Amino acid sequence: MELALVIQKFILVIVIFAVSLLVAMYSTWAERKVAAFLQDRVGPNRAGPGGILQPLADGIKMFTKEEIIPLDSNKFLFIAGPSLAILTACIGSAVIPWSTPLTIGSKTIPLQVTDINVGILYIFGVVSLGVYGILIGGWASNNKYSLMGAIRAASQNISYEIAMGLSIIALLMSTGSLSLKVIVEQQSGFWAHGWFTWNAFQQPLGFLIFLVCAFAETNRTPFDLPECETELIGGYHTEYSSMKLGFYLFAEYINMFVSSAVMASLYFGGYNFPFMHHLGLDANWLSILGIVAMLLKTFFFIFLFMWVRWTVPRFRYDQLMDLGWKVLIPLSIVNIVLTGIWITVKDIYFK
Amino acid sequence: MEALSSKKKVLEQKPLSLSERLYLPAILKGMATTISHLFKRVPTVKYPEQQREFSKNWRGMHSLKRDEQGRERCTACGLCALSCPAEAITMIAAERQKGEENLYREEKYAAVYEINMLRCIFCGLCEEACPKEAIYLDGPIVPADYLRKDFIYGKDKLVEQPFHAEQAN
Ligand code: SF4
Ligand code: SF4
Repeated sequence: MELALVIQKFILVIVIFAVSLLVAMYSTWAERKVAAFLQDRVGPNRAGPGGILQPLADGIKMFTKEEIIPLDSNKFLFIAGPSLAILTACIGSAVIPWSTPLTIGSKTIPLQVTDINVGILYIFGVVSLGVYGILIGGWASNNKYSLMGAIRAASQNISYEIAMGLSIIALLMSTGSLSLKVIVEQQSGFWAHGWFTWNAFQQPLGFLIFLVCAFAETNRTPFDLPECETELIGGYHTEYSSMKLGFYLFAEYINMFVSSAVMASLYFGGYNFPFMHHLGLDANWLSILGIVAMLLKTFFFIFLFMWVRWTVPRFRYDQLMDLGWKVLIPLSIVNIVLTGIWITVKDIYFK
Repeated sequence: MEALSSKKKVLEQKPLSLSERLYLPAILKGMATTISHLFKRVPTVKYPEQQREFSKNWRGMHSLKRDEQGRERCTACGLCALSCPAEAITMIAAERQKGEENLYREEKYAAVYEINMLRCIFCGLCEEACPKEAIYLDGPIVPADYLRKDFIYGKDKLVEQPFHAEQAN
């Protein structure tokens, strides 16, 4: 029994790992395609039909580029930086419930690597670890641009983590659980008791704050100050080449995938989709459709990331800090208070 | 003071209104603009497969012409090289030998005729200068290449193909 469980989890881990790598790979392709379409261009179309092999070509290019480690850098940390970045990017997906359990024979297989009861805390931990990859890499390069990028990344992450945490607190107040599984289960279906079940409709302000913070945490435009080419050459990865650079770029896309999945499960009902209980399907089919729904939502958010990237220009650094400290944090505190009032009112009058 | 033209536009500096300070409406407006481009026609011409239509007086790669009997028209007079503002043309002349009358139209011909396509500005002055109507810029776009030396086109690339055997006879 124990062994079976280990094997089952192992397979699940491998699948999720492979899927997130695949999605990240094709996000790089999709990013270019989206950018191209939004700018009336065609985008990569030479490698395979529609440029579908472009990520492979990029990967080969990255692997075969010359590996450069600057003489004055700290060699150990220089290598540790990108490794840490990609490691922390990958482990975030462990607590995301991809769908309802599958039943095969007499066994039920939960489609979630692990349901720890503090899932959200875990995600926060992983996300804040992620900045270490950037910080260490930028510092170890021994280059002032890299250091600037690293400092920016660190302060930006710290500032936006607070607002993100506070926006989550409001969500936790209304759901009453830290486990992602429970939170997603509570959003079952689409419409119940005369209102949408998805948290985005119960916590619109919280969702907005979380969304903005997610952009900042993944260092995506308009918050891509750590790597802005116009001022800092390449920011924290100025000195990196070959696959170490590839890891940094790749980590960004995996982060994007994971945070899209987190947003989908926290605020957009995860694997739940409208009318799921009215179709009369059996549990396994529901589960498979759930995966599809979850992935579709995730892809939508990834698209949103790209869409915003090709629309909104980068913030100035002081504007970024202004937005984080003077707007988002007070707003999320207001959101907590409002949520508290709403819960009390609901308890007293709508019981 | 009286305005000199009606084009002057006075800009007012008003403090931002609440909706402007919220950023979000502006960002949403911008996103609507960008997404609308998703459905626009892409003006790209996918070059090697598709080619845009050339105008009638388009000047492309040079070709050295032959006459009705398939003989090279060029007599290596050097007027094209002289007229070339980019000094792209060089040639070495040679005398036509007995028995080569079917190859060269005039008694003197260009044994070597080279155009450096990196120098050429496709002005068409060589075409205008030629007294023998031997050179025309009626070819396609000069293709890209990797080495500089490969852009020096010799007679192998410039002289147009001889007519088919049955036509020549
Ligand atoms: S087209 Fe102009 S630049 Fe080119 S070879 Fe002829 S004369 Fe020279
Ligand atoms: S191409 Fe015309 S102008 Fe140039 S050398 Fe030949 S005959 Fe003279």
